[in-house]
Amino acid sequence: MIYLNAFLFAGFVCMIGQLILDNTKLTPGHITCLFVVIGAFLDVFNIYDKIVLWAGGGALVPITSFGHLITHGSLAAADQYGIMGLLIGPFDLTSAGISAAIIISFIFALIFKPRD
Amino acid sequence: MEKNKYKQIVDKVSPKEDKLYNAIIAFLIGGLMGIIGQFLIEFYSYKFGIPTKEATVCMIVTLIFFSCLFTSLGFFDKLVSFAKCGLIIPITGFAHATQSAALEYKKEGLVTGIGANMLKLSGAVVIFGVVSAYVFSLIRMLLGVI
Repeated sequence: MIYLNAFLFAGFVCMIGQLILDNTKLTPGHITCLFVVIGAFLDVFNIYDKIVLWAGGGALVPITSFGHLITHGSLAAADQYGIMGLLIGPFDLTSAGISAAIIISFIFALIFKPRD
Repeated sequence: MEKNKYKQIVDKVSPKEDKLYNAIIAFLIGGLMGIIGQFLIEFYSYKFGIPTKEATVCMIVTLIFFSCLFTSLGFFDKLVSFAKCGLIIPITGFAHATQSAALEYKKEGLVTGIGANMLKLSGAVVIFGVVSAYVFSLIRMLLGVI
């Protein structure tokens, strides 16, 4: 059942992105930024946590989960350290994704030649 | 008058994109990515007996690895131009942007090329994520205090 939810939620998010891309002049860069901001906003009132429980991996794959995880880390650190936690926490949960993207791209950029 | 004519000709010649078709393809491919994500989480947590939270990290790293590899091998661009937002909105789009920028600027050197330009496209995602998360968490903290 969770597979169906994952399919529906991830597909729904991508379809909205595609509709925005086709019907406005925004570039893919604008749309990914927009979705990150939406994800960060949805986490403020713990809505995104409920979506993750409902859709599982389907909610964690789209870029919205990136914003959700940044807000999540900030709020968790804010509970512990107070207002400075907002600066300590943002990359607690997302650092794996960012570091992996940077390290893997760097290594592959050294190995592979660019193609046209 | 000339301009209108020109516009009509351009409209006639430029290929029309079927918006419904694009949306359905994005829905199917994006949903497939969601299923793959859920499958990988369950696979890692059953196979290695690790908690779901760490399995999630493994899943994200796996997806990033494969999209970087396919971009380097050269056929991920074709997949993206077919699926469009179906592959741009998932985390694969982030990795694809990073990898293609790194490959594109390789010829300008390690530091001024790869180092300076790798996050050219995907840096926007990180910056907007951090700034918006800071603002929203601050609002929530202030609401909680008052």
